[in-house]
Amino acid sequence: MTTVLTPELTAHWDEPDSFTLAGYRRAGGYRALPRALAMNPDDIIAMVKESGLRGRGGAGFPTGMKWGFIPQGDGKPHYLVINADESEPGTCKDIPTMLANPHALIEGAVIASFAIRAQRAFIYVRGEVLHVIRRLHHAVAEAYEAGYLGKNILGSGFDLDIVVHAGAGAYECGEETALLDSLEGHRGQPRLKPPFPAVAGLYACPTVVNNVESIASVPYIVGRGSAAFAAMGTEKSKGFGIFSLSGHVTTPGQYEAPLGVTLRELLSLAGGIRAGHQLKFWTPGGSSTPIFTAEHLDVPLDFESVGAAGSMLGTRALQVFDETTCVVRATLRWMEFYRHESCGKCTPCREGTFWTVQVLRDLEAGRGTEADLDKLLDICDNILGRAFCPFGDGAVSPVMSSIKHFRDEYVEHVKRGGCPVDPAASALFAAEVGGAR
Amino acid sequence: MAFTKDQRDRLTERAAQVIARYPQPRSALLPLLYLVQAEEGYVSPDGIAFCAEQLGLSEADVSGVMSYYTMFKSKPVGEYHVGVCTNTLCAVLGGDGIYSELREHLGTEGEEPTGDGKVSLERVECNAGCDYAPVMMVNWEFFDNMTPRTARQLVDDLRDGQPVAPTRGAPRLVTWREASQILAGFPDDQATGGHTAGAPSLAGLRIAKENGWTPTDDGEPQ
Ligand SMILES: Cc1cc2nc3c(=O)[nH]c(=O)nc-3n(C[C@H](O)[C@H](O)[C@H](O)COP(=O)(O)O)c2cc1C
Ligand code: SF4
Repeated sequence: MTTVLTPELTAHWDEPDSFTLAGYRRAGGYRALPRALAMNPDDIIAMVKESGLRGRGGAGFPTGMKWGFIPQGDGKPHYLVINADESEPGTCKDIPTMLANPHALIEGAVIASFAIRAQRAFIYVRGEVLHVIRRLHHAVAEAYEAGYLGKNILGSGFDLDIVVHAGAGAYECGEETALLDSLEGHRGQPRLKPPFPAVAGLYACPTVVNNVESIASVPYIVGRGSAAFAAMGTEKSKGFGIFSLSGHVTTPGQYEAPLGVTLRELLSLAGGIRAGHQLKFWTPGGSSTPIFTAEHLDVPLDFESVGAAGSMLGTRALQVFDETTCVVRATLRWMEFYRHESCGKCTPCREGTFWTVQVLRDLEAGRGTEADLDKLLDICDNILGRAFCPFGDGAVSPVMSSIKHFRDEYVEHVKRGGCPVDPAASALFAAEVGGAR
Repeated sequence: MAFTKDQRDRLTERAAQVIARYPQPRSALLPLLYLVQAEEGYVSPDGIAFCAEQLGLSEADVSGVMSYYTMFKSKPVGEYHVGVCTNTLCAVLGGDGIYSELREHLGTEGEEPTGDGKVSLERVECNAGCDYAPVMMVNWEFFDNMTPRTARQLVDDLRDGQPVAPTRGAPRLVTWREASQILAGFPDDQATGGHTAGAPSLAGLRIAKENGWTPTDDGEPQ
């Protein structure tokens, strides 16, 4: 049988001390670092380019190319900022990675900083994950003690300091320029691009912002070679990635696989949809990516194929819903999230998310009309492509895609004057308490 | 209530440590807000004034930042602040039922604490634990795979002072103020205790091991 799963970042999570320096070393950790420090930094950037690694934070931008944009010899400090804000609904890979394997992130951060000539790195971690934050502080302290951080790392003459910085509950702070504003002590609102962070990022200095998983993948590439990484995945979407299965599946969880695996393959490993039920809809990459249905089970989960099928790979956050789930309710809840999290900087998003929630609430409660569907699409039209940052485009995804695939179900709410689906049936504990209230 | 001299001295010393971590002082604002929240349980006008003074900012500037972030509270919350995820996935899998159960059971409104000051309740957005849904947080530690019954038991235990441990987190559940202290960048000594990965985190690894699958199968040997 061919290899379906390729655990690398997740390979040692079952060892009780995988998060410690000793555990990470025993698993082969910190072997790529001396190799990297002996290289020319530009050659590391070239190596990451050759590996084909693309950003794991959602947008899929080639990592090596991003590093290559950092101007060299400009006399300014350079910064590496790790985006550990993980707040896109459905996305739950970076948090377990940092809980169980924080040293992979730190080793990657040292290599990346060396490559872009940064002497300071920040880990911007969402605040709502206390134990992860403890583990990050602990791993950073261990790395200092072992000489992997601080002055003259492993005798190379290279210095690096890492600061763990906790966010404070704002999804928009995951957007890279909003994150930088937040890290500078402001409200987390995005900046106009250009200039891009590579030119004017943190404190207006050249800055690379990368996702946790992107950076944690770097030691593998440097340690095993770019060809080993590029041997996995599809033509333009190389390597392994963590796929997060959640919802109405028999065995939800983290499945690390080459990009290009399909939901059908993953579901077959995960025991399928929960017993007695059928797949209704799913997100390939979080709530900001248009929903798919059973007709998309065989779409290869790589950037190109998911895009061609009308959605986005995003963060590989596979939220799976069975037939007991009302699509209008699901969409409403996502839109309540976007309304709550809209940073308010631009009108289309701030007002548009507010109004979609009003209309969806009416529709879900059976007080809507068929004209409301056109109204919803009209509002979405006013957000899509007109918002200041990509949050806006993401926010319209659930509405537009759910109407596209499930227009009839919306109409049924209108005709029946209420929801045709019993919300209790979708709960996992329906049997235990005889239904949720 | 204004800070006592003792409090002030302690806060000032810690603030200096925080500020020293950053190339520019203003970056210390979020951690400083956590620091004053750790002192009083919420960010009071005095806390805002303290942060402003440390960083040479106006109080209006500081409160403008503070009010943007939901984890800073302008009023006291409980010693144990409970969050129920009601974003779509958790809501559908039972978070809605859990939230309404707790709301009714506690009889509190908004984020106000129960009369004994022990427990307050909030709806939270996706907390990156979707494979453990429905998820709850207490002082930002994970309580996984909850049901209305286990949720009710949990808040009862918190109010009764029974020992409570997170499903994935530190061995000892810290108080709201202690949590704020950790968020300010002063971790306690529990990093090496507690959990590393629950069953869902290991789901793929377990199957790969059963089948002997590793990434190097397709790549070059090291
Ligand atoms: C609203 C919004 C939220 C985002 N949240 C995150 C996040 O939590 N983590 C993340 O890595 N990227 C997030 N991103 C993407 C970042 O802007 C950025 O593309 C990414 O951190 C770059 O890293 P990568 O190239 O390694 O993927 C978000 C983007 C938007 C628009
Ligand atoms: S689209 Fe506009 S309002 Fe929405 S988060 Fe981005 S900048 Fe803020």
